[in-house]
Amino acid sequence: MRRLSRLLVALISLLSAPLVDAGVLRLAVASNFTDVVRELVPLFVKETGHNLLISSGSSGKLYSQIENGAPFEVLLSADTRIPAKVEASGLAVAGSRFVYAKGRLALWSAKPGLFGDGKAYLRAAAFNHLAIANPKTAPYGLAAQQTLERLGFWQPLQGKLVQGESIAQAFQFAATGNAEAGLIALSQVRAWKGTPGSVWEVPAEFHAPIEQAAVLLKKGEANPAAAAFLQFLKGETARQVIRAYGYDDSRGIDAL
Amino acid sequence: MPFDWQPVWLTLKLATVTTLVLLLLGTPLAWWLARSRAWWKEAVGSLVALPLVLPPTVLGFYLLLLLGPEGPGGRLSQALGLGTLPFTFAGLVVGSVVYSLPFVVQPIRNAFEAMGERPLEVAATLRAGPLDRFLGVALPLARPGFLTGAVLGFAHTVGEFGVVLMIGGNIPGETKVLSVAIYDHVEALEWPQAHWYAGGMVLFSFAVVLAMYLLERRLRRVGS
Repeated sequence: MRRLSRLLVALISLLSAPLVDAGVLRLAVASNFTDVVRELVPLFVKETGHNLLISSGSSGKLYSQIENGAPFEVLLSADTRIPAKVEASGLAVAGSRFVYAKGRLALWSAKPGLFGDGKAYLRAAAFNHLAIANPKTAPYGLAAQQTLERLGFWQPLQGKLVQGESIAQAFQFAATGNAEAGLIALSQVRAWKGTPGSVWEVPAEFHAPIEQAAVLLKKGEANPAAAAFLQFLKGETARQVIRAYGYDDSRGIDAL
Repeated sequence: MPFDWQPVWLTLKLATVTTLVLLLLGTPLAWWLARSRAWWKEAVGSLVALPLVLPPTVLGFYLLLLLGPEGPGGRLSQALGLGTLPFTFAGLVVGSVVYSLPFVVQPIRNAFEAMGERPLEVAATLRAGPLDRFLGVALPLARPGFLTGAVLGFAHTVGEFGVVLMIGGNIPGETKVLSVAIYDHVEALEWPQAHWYAGGMVLFSFAVVLAMYLLERRLRRVGS
């Protein structure tokens, strides 16, 4: 019995020891931007010597987690609404929000040579399923809905739309071929390592801009790594990577 | 916003169809598992039990690949003229049958094993044929196992989330079951709607589990 309790004490002290050193930034990032952040990490580490711990998920889920005490220090959201909400509830540093990337929508199929003109492909509707992200919860889903509405295809395609809970799942439906095509983020096409497939970049004026905002959370206010990362994100090194992933960077950084 | 009953009916429909399919497929399987002397029997038993320990994401991921247009299941369903199964009600039934299989097979197998050889031998001496013995002796004796299996299979399918999320595509009236509808509302920060569904699920699940315990107690008393 005594041996057991000694073992328990040892276990508990082991588990309660901090797993992460100081100088590390806990970053919450929207699913669609995860690939870019992975590429940014080594550059950031090289430039500043700080390290990063990444948690990715849908912006809505990250929001609920932050509201309920998650230890994140910086949030890279897929929209501008959630950072504003976090700031309104006093969990973010006022005035720290800015747009770090503007998303581009693309029609994509895993099959090469399926279409050049995406509009014609959507009009002909010779497919069983078109994958989009949930318009209610995902900014890219909303942009997909706006695009289809503008083209007059939203109603006719109702029976063929399948929704991913996030843009990541919408892409996965198209990548496995279960949906012949999907309206997904251009950055996902750029990050895709498989066969290139067919791509049609949706003109930006077909939907409201997909502005993605970053915000410094209260928990990161005193962490120099958090300030350094936000600065790094605005710098030319990071901008180049972000542009290469198909994000629109023509107007530079917008404060909010 | 009016209360949307569609996910409720869809969930009940899915659970009912799944339970019926499982009783049809599970009974011969449980019978074989209970009575076979094959050395590889336990390997099959382990396969049946796998969904108990595998995360739903594993099942969902492989079902998506297997049933997709390039997968063997997808090629078969296409050759049969059924198209591909993900994003359809039939696809959810396939997923749910795999997911809830152990919850139905295990209790029935236990019931078959518990009754032993004797009742069947007695029936045989009275010149009952194999089919007669199965239908007239084994099935009635194993009734508690069937009830438990049906209730558990039904309830487990109602509570299914991960597999449906991964192969469903969130289509209202086709694949948007209760658990997915709740997830949807929570993600959209529509908590009042989420509460109606989620609270209902808690009550329903409690009622099912309670009913099963009471039923088991009564059956045990009747049996002894």
